Formats: sequence, C-alpha cells, structure tokens
Amino acid sequence: MAGLFSIPPVTRRCWHVWHRNLIVFFKTWKVNFFPPFIEAFLYLFAIGLGIGTYVQQIDGVPYVNFIAPAILAISVMNSAFFECTYGSYVRMYYQKSFDAIIATPLSIEDVIAGELLWGATRSTMYVSIMLPVLAAFGVIALPLSLLAIPLAFLGGMLFAGIAMCFTAITPSIDTLNYPSFLFITPMMLFSGTFFPLNLLPATFQYAAIALLPLTHVVSIMRMLTLSSLSWTALLSLAWMAAAAFIFCVISVNLMRRRLIV
Amino acid sequence: MRKGEVFGFLGPNGAGKTTTMKMIQCVSPRSGGALSVFGLDPDKSPAKIKGRIGVVPQETNLDPDFSCIRNLLTYARYFDIPPRAAQERADDLLAFVQLTEKRDVPIDKLSGGMKRRLILARALINRPELLILDEPTIGLDPQARHLVWEKLRLLQAQGNTIVMTTHYLDEASRLCDRLVIMDAGKILVEGAPADLVRQHAAAEIVEVEKSDRVIACLNGENIPYEDAGDMVLVPTGSAQELARTLLDRCHPEKLLTRPATLEDVFLKLTGRRLRD
Repeated sequence: MAGLFSIPPVTRRCWHVWHRNLIVFFKTWKVNFFPPFIEAFLYLFAIGLGIGTYVQQIDGVPYVNFIAPAILAISVMNSAFFECTYGSYVRMYYQKSFDAIIATPLSIEDVIAGELLWGATRSTMYVSIMLPVLAAFGVIALPLSLLAIPLAFLGGMLFAGIAMCFTAITPSIDTLNYPSFLFITPMMLFSGTFFPLNLLPATFQYAAIALLPLTHVVSIMRMLTLSSLSWTALLSLAWMAAAAFIFCVISVNLMRRRLIV
Repeated sequence: MRKGEVFGFLGPNGAGKTTTMKMIQCVSPRSGGALSVFGLDPDKSPAKIKGRIGVVPQETNLDPDFSCIRNLLTYARYFDIPPRAAQERADDLLAFVQLTEKRDVPIDKLSGGMKRRLILARALINRPELLILDEPTIGLDPQARHLVWEKLRLLQAQGNTIVMTTHYLDEASRLCDRLVIMDAGKILVEGAPADLVRQHAAAEIVEVEKSDRVIACLNGENIPYEDAGDMVLVPTGSAQELARTLLDRCHPEKLLTRPATLEDVFLKLTGRRLRD
C-alpha cells in the first residue's frame, strides 16, 4: 500500500486535459445543456408538486423548497461521478486517450488530475444551468444560492475523486454498475435529500453523516437555498474538503498503479 | 544511437521491443540498467525528454472525438505549442502525409492507412529530434506501406533520428542503417542489415522441396540443410553450383535459388518456434 497517500506530482499541464474535454463538451453542447434543464423541471413537477400536494411542509418549509437543494446536490454527485467512472473509463480503455497523452510532456498524474478537474467542472456547469430554473420557480433564496456554484465545484472534486478510485480498480466497464447501484442510488435516497435525516434511527443518522458524502453537500446546499446558515456548515465544508483531497490523491496513485507497467 | 540514423529493434513477439520503446519515451519504468535519452535521465526529467520525442505507437490511439486537424491541434497543445504555430504546422503535416482533403473528416471515417499516416503526422507536431516508431506499417496494404516508407525516407534525409521496431524484415532491410535482433529481453546481434546477412547467413540459399527422396539424397551427399515447413533450405556460397549438383543427383521437382535475406538471419538466431 506504500505510496497510496503520497502527494502526486501534478503540473499545470493537467489543464490541457481539462481543455480537451471542454472542447468535446461544447462540440455536443445541445446534448449536454438540455438534460439539466429537463431534470430540474421533472423533479420540481413530479416530486415537488406531486408528492408536495400531500406533504406540503417539512419543518415549516414548503416541500418543493425543501427538495430544491437536494436536486442540486444530487446533480453535483451524478455529474462528477458518472463523468469520472464511465466517461473516464471509455477514454482510458476504449479510446486509449491516456496512452496517447502520456507520450507528450504530460504525465499520468497530469492526465488524471485533468480528468478530476473536468468532473468537478461538469458538476459546476450542471448546477449553474439548474439554478436559473429553480430561481424562476421561486424555490431558492437569492443571492445566497449563488454560492451553490463554488460549492458544486468542491462537491464535484469529492465525487470525482471517489469515482476515479472505482475506475482505477474496476476490472471492466460492467463492474462499474456496482458502485452506481450500491453506492450512488442509496446515497441519493438516504442523505437527507427527500426527507429529513432525523426521521432515521440515531445510528443511521450518524452513519450517514460519517460515511455518506452527499449528506454534507445536501446540508450546506439547503442552508444556502433556504438562506439559513449555521456553524455546522463549516464542519460539513471541512469534511468535504478533507475527503475530496484524500480521495483525489488516492485515485491518482491508484490510476498510476493501473496504467504504468 | 547516432544522430541522423535509423535504428531498428527486431525480435519475435515478447522479445521486449515495445518495452524498450516505452522506456525510451519515459512511460515504463526500468527494472535495471542504465538509460540516457539526450543525455538526460528518464526518471528525473521525463517531461523535457518527451517534449523532444515523437511517438508512433503500435496501437492506433487517435482521438475519436475529433477531426484530423483537431487531433493535431489538440496534440500540439499538450506540447505547449502556441496556437498560431500549431495551426501552421498541422496544415503542413496534413499535406506531408497527403491528408489535406481529409482535414475536417472525423477519425472513424478514415481507412487504416490514413489513420497510420495521421499518427505519423501527429508524432511530428513537436518537430521531434527523435522519432520512435513501434511497428509503423502494421496492418497496411502494400500501397499504404510504400507511402509510409517514402515519408520515413524523406524524414531520414532531412536528418531526423529514428528508432523503430518492426516484424517486417524487408522493411527493416530497406529502412534501417543499423539494427539489433533481440529475444527474451537480450540483444542477440547488432549491425547494419547487409553486414548481418553476410556474417550470419550464407551468401545464397537454395530451396528444394521436402520429400523423402530429396532428404535421403542430401543426407547421402552430406549436405547440411535446414527444415522450413514444406521446403528445406540449403545455405551456400554459390547457388548456381549447388543447384546443378542437386538437380543432377537428387532430381527434385521443385528448386529455387535466392540471395540470403535478413529473414534467414532472424530465423536462424531466434528459431522457428511459434511465439505469442
């Protein structure tokens, strides 16, 4: 396990990889910009108006306002996670892009760092596109909710790092389904997203706070969109920053181990 | 390696050719021994070395999300080549590999030969002092192969230093100034192709059909031969003389004479056993 936690030598050349992905993203911008819009509408109508008719209020907050930050947090998670699992795996294994790039002055550490930054950027873009829709429905508080954009980047780095660890150890693209269904889907449901965490038994609550990264993203996001900051936001921020750093470092080292033989 | 020469690495599969290439291009670590590229240590200054090398890999790894020109421009950015210079070089290189009319065509619309040519152009984008070619003509039809050879000779004439691996021994004889034949990670021989043939094979080869009658006759005459599938090879200094002797005494149905080639040297040194 030696070297798993050593700080990888990443240079500013990693932005070339980020830039390459950005160009591809804008080449197919129609496909990429449409889903966030639609997704925001779908959630608001199905869960906000549908379920909201029965639930009406949670802790004095209209249900649709309660889930609005969860929609943002889930998008942060999904964009970075799926970009750095399936997206990165395709570029690594099927397109052999990483092999081509490390024949240039870029190192494998630069390539993976670029992919992680790109994953976080996807999260940031997704949230930036969703925000105006939610604002138009009047379910988020402005201007504090604009801080969701930098938060999306930090959360994006966190989920990109976790995703890249899975990508580094997965034997094939099919086995990436395991983390998707066994990790991401439960997290989407049990992180204080669609119902408050305190409805769960105490043990589950602590486990969620300790182990489910999404809990912290949802928690801060909700403070922003409901404009009700508390000092616990700092704890969640610290948790996210530390976990993001650790997972990104491990993922780069795991990837190096996978690709350099 | 000398500056301006074409140096070949030959050997059966698993001989260590590609591994050697990957060590020179600072991608694979060394398990031992010394390696110096441009007088630099690949462990200490990989980025500096890689900036001065161009690589044509064995596998086609062009970026399928981009057109031909975009592939070159994106690659140029990895070398920190300014956009304007990159644009000029990319257009020149497309012309050089005769792909100008495919400039904006996506990669999956190219034939195998076109892809290999585009990879060659991509390897030249940073004006490398050393060009590394790992089986540059693998899977190409004769026309495409001749075009690649022509381009490589042109590059050689311009004073480029080239290291290549190949399974095609005629390709090695044509292109390489010097080469090594290796097997299981060890260098067996080193030298110019013609010298190697002279040293390790007879001047000429007579091939006769492998029938019991011919074999018995060769054994009876005490003529050493080599088994090669449905033919036996008889190395000799003078094919004409030997052929006459064999025709007179062994009465073979099939007989042909030819000069010895690098392939004879290769098979003699590495054996005829199949590798994978």
